[in-house]
Amino acid sequence: MSRAALLVLADGRLPAGGHAHSGGAEAAVKAGRITGARSLEDFCRGRLHTTGAVSAALAGAAALGVDPVALDEAADARTPSAALRTAARKLGRQLLRAARVAWPSPELDALAARFPKGAHQPVVLGTAARAAGLDAEDAAHCTAYENVSGPATAVVRLLSLDPFEATAVLARLAPDMDTVARQAAEAARRAWDEGTDTLPAASAPLLEVGAEGHAGWDVRLFAS
Amino acid sequence: MSPASPAGVHARARIGARADRYGRTVLPVLEGEAPLALRRTRATGPAAQVTLVGAMSGPLGGDRLVVEADVGAGARLGVGSAAATIALPGQDGAAAHYDVRLTVASYAELRWLPEQLISVRGSELRVTTRADVEEGGCLVLREEQVLGRAGEDPGLLRSRLTVRVAGRPLLDQELTCGPGAPGGWDGPAVLGGHRAVGQLVLIHPRFAQEPPAATMLTDHAALTPLPGPGALITALSPNALHLRHTLDEALHRLT
Repeated sequence: MSRAALLVLADGRLPAGGHAHSGGAEAAVKAGRITGARSLEDFCRGRLHTTGAVSAALAGAAALGVDPVALDEAADARTPSAALRTAARKLGRQLLRAARVAWPSPELDALAARFPKGAHQPVVLGTAARAAGLDAEDAAHCTAYENVSGPATAVVRLLSLDPFEATAVLARLAPDMDTVARQAAEAARRAWDEGTDTLPAASAPLLEVGAEGHAGWDVRLFAS
Repeated sequence: MSPASPAGVHARARIGARADRYGRTVLPVLEGEAPLALRRTRATGPAAQVTLVGAMSGPLGGDRLVVEADVGAGARLGVGSAAATIALPGQDGAAAHYDVRLTVASYAELRWLPEQLISVRGSELRVTTRADVEEGGCLVLREEQVLGRAGEDPGLLRSRLTVRVAGRPLLDQELTCGPGAPGGWDGPAVLGGHRAVGQLVLIHPRFAQEPPAATMLTDHAALTPLPGPGALITALSPNALHLRHTLDEALHRLT
């Protein structure tokens, strides 16, 4: 395993389109639910332990080599919001384009052929991690981090939040990210042994409802 | 030495609905164990109607309750409950378990519309609801979670809802809330201070061809098409009454 490969995969500068998505933060800012560093942290912690935990487990399972078609189906069922399914596939397609150049592999090619409109992003990320020689916990860590770094960066732009404050939020969330990644890797191994039904399914009702509202806005800064 | 923990109540209730040769729905299976009782009640349409009685004083910590409904091809069944289900603390701090297993055959219909689940301070309850619908089957399923009685803090509630259609997972979601739930459960991404949250799942073959468009129903309620022949309404409300009003309006709009 290459630790540097994990840094490359987790780097926000990886050209995979993530910067265009706020992870629900734009809707939460507009609704007045995120007003500063404190509520951003609460938002990120809730997101991390729900959709973050689910995405990390999906990515971990894909990194182990669990059937990506079954994982994509499991991701669909765990993403009831149609707007969020669309966003996840769009992000998956963009990540796959970058990953196929960075870590060429027959598995990434097969994923592209099977899902021309894009597979769910965590499934692509896990498969890319596998191609880069990373393991399930690496993929889960990367996904857990992305899950909160996206909204934190977005809120810097949306609220003109001090970037130092946003970074401090992420630093304070590090122990939670480690826990989520460790549990996700365990869930991934269980999915390998017992099937994808055992994957976690934690949901965040406000993110789901907010995503449908956000998708209908005429003018918005972020795609989701 | 720790004393043996007192075992909670283990009870099961079963409903089996079948279409007879005249197309009417009969109930060859209708059995409950205390504290779960089932009553066939007067129906207003062609569907058979059953009311679940007696879950109102529980479950208590340590209890394990199972409710099963199986609707055979061509049968139509409606199930409601006489009162809200109230998760209460047990004597030894053990969790209560409430499992609902629903199966709906082709050309069958199940309307599963129970009253609210209220999570009371100090309680711990795990609910799992699993619905398996065959291709061509119809399901209307409502779940409402209320966090605490009026002005009360909730207990720990973990509720998982899984719906499969023709063997494929269409919806799988779990809500964990209350003291002891993972961080951020009451924050701006998850519940944001709302004390009532509900889901209404609609499975119908017509949604495969004409999925309903995603729509906001209120500021905190949305309708979304599921990845298959179904739709989901998710609603958050300050209280149970407001939540029911939102879900009822959505149900009338879609059926």
